[in-house]
Amino acid sequence: MKKYTDTGKKDTRSGFGVGLLKAGQANPNVVALTADLKGSLKMDAFAAEFPERFIQCGIAEANMVGAAAGLAITGKIPFIGSFAEFVTGRVYDQIRQEVAYGCTNVKIASSHAGITLGEDGATHQTMEDIALMRALPGMVVLNPCDFNQTVQATLAAAKYNGPVYLRFGRPSVPNFTPEDEEFVIGKAIVMNPGTDVTLIATGHTVWESLLAAEALEAEGISAEVLDIATIKPLDEKAILDSLRKTGCAVVAEEHNHAGGLGEAVAGVLAAQLPRPLVFVNGEDKFGQSGTPAALMAAYGLDAAHIAEAAKKAIARK
Amino acid sequence: MQTKDQLKAISTQVRRDILRMVCMAKSGHPGGSMSSTDILVSLYFNHMNQSPATWRRDAKGQDAFILSAGHLTPVYYSTLARAGYFPVSELATFRQMGTRLQGHPSVRKQLPGVFQASGSLGQGLSAAAGIALGKKLDKENNFVFCLCGDGESEEGQIWEAGMFAVHHKLDNLIAFTDWNGQQIDGPVASVAGEGDLAAKWEAWGWRVIVADGHDFESIDQAFNLAKAGLGSGQPTMILFKSDMGHGVDFMAGTHKWHGSVPKPEQLEDALNQLGTTPLGDF
Repeated sequence: MKKYTDTGKKDTRSGFGVGLLKAGQANPNVVALTADLKGSLKMDAFAAEFPERFIQCGIAEANMVGAAAGLAITGKIPFIGSFAEFVTGRVYDQIRQEVAYGCTNVKIASSHAGITLGEDGATHQTMEDIALMRALPGMVVLNPCDFNQTVQATLAAAKYNGPVYLRFGRPSVPNFTPEDEEFVIGKAIVMNPGTDVTLIATGHTVWESLLAAEALEAEGISAEVLDIATIKPLDEKAILDSLRKTGCAVVAEEHNHAGGLGEAVAGVLAAQLPRPLVFVNGEDKFGQSGTPAALMAAYGLDAAHIAEAAKKAIARK
Repeated sequence: MQTKDQLKAISTQVRRDILRMVCMAKSGHPGGSMSSTDILVSLYFNHMNQSPATWRRDAKGQDAFILSAGHLTPVYYSTLARAGYFPVSELATFRQMGTRLQGHPSVRKQLPGVFQASGSLGQGLSAAAGIALGKKLDKENNFVFCLCGDGESEEGQIWEAGMFAVHHKLDNLIAFTDWNGQQIDGPVASVAGEGDLAAKWEAWGWRVIVADGHDFESIDQAFNLAKAGLGSGQPTMILFKSDMGHGVDFMAGTHKWHGSVPKPEQLEDALNQLGTTPLGDF
């Protein structure tokens, strides 16, 4: 089992803040917009260094999306930031027309995604955002797994010419990927090679899957862990290569079943390589108030549930 | 610069184009297109720092225009074609398979003159504000024009954009409303009771100009006054009083022609009423 060291718990949204500042330093066209969530999105450093390029929109997300599209038309590279629900569900039609159909180079910075938003409860915990963004033609969907990867994903998003949905989270979580590993859009990362089962994970569930792989190893089960940091376009080859070897898989995500990574993987396997597949996700439910860790356990998204699911998948081979 | 008589002739031709386009496509929105014809013709032929030869989507060094009321494609496409952005013969492809002249504006077919997709209402003013802000960041003094509908202004996002433009002092943003008082389901006053738009925009902090959308002198003065606002730190809203279906007696002043297509005998009657122009039909 490949060893990963948590170099100190950090929130992925802080990774975005660092990435945004670096992207801003590298390219004067990068601008940042927020709907009254500068602090929550960790945009303070960017705003302090580039006050003219930081655009406060107030609590008016729909206008923020349109204004960002307009800025993109003039050649700017706008990052719009808010909580995941408010930059997806609340403004789906604006993103569809102004950004996706309108072919504007807008980056949607989506923080506090998933159930780990925690105590604020279900109004703020979107478990549907990946489904919405995946559905849009041409939208790139990124969901990095830790602080370091989020820094790099932000830089990659800034360099990429086209709409990007960049999803990250609120809580402090282990930081374990290499600090300066270039983020390649569309590439899955084999976090741990294995032979008995593939654990396909994205975002916060990558670390949980590594913990699950460790627990499985202690029971003599060899689990391959794939980090799907790009959900769209999906690295089908990496998934098929792994499944040809292991013969079964678990897909773990902090998102509901409908339209999530699990369904995307199921589509690939059903069409090209039918194999036993077990889903670990929020199913068809809303969240509730609680600490991030308690919610991950209660909704069955933690390492223990992933390891359990792996055994089910193996049993169905 | 076009004279008043030249503008009149172009507007008549554009109204002929609008009716012929929607009849050929058997769909489209003639009513609001005809109420905003004189405004758009005046804008494109006499007031915008824009030309087909230099057009580019990023509008560097030139004015930009956003059609927020995206269903007004008949008047938009005809005006663009008559101004030379693409061949007038292409107007015959309106709403047909494969056309660059999509039912609502699209940037996907790269039709010269179109800066942004629109059609889902209430969004264009935000995009226009974003372009205006981009020009401010680039220290450019060019204008961004944006056409909104009065029915469209029932959308909350219009007012979000209104707040944003004032807060960011976008005095290079000139929005104008085709204040024809009609929307699909009936007169605006009976559908949503929008009230006094002038008072509302003033309260929002905009410079407000009320003008006659069918009088070229009034339109001319309104645009000149709007442009004089550069440096004031305030965006400008021109409210153009207009008639839906203007120019054809049986179409004028009623919501019924918002999205209806004249029958062949009605088309003939309408074209006779408008008369011909030296520009000729497409």
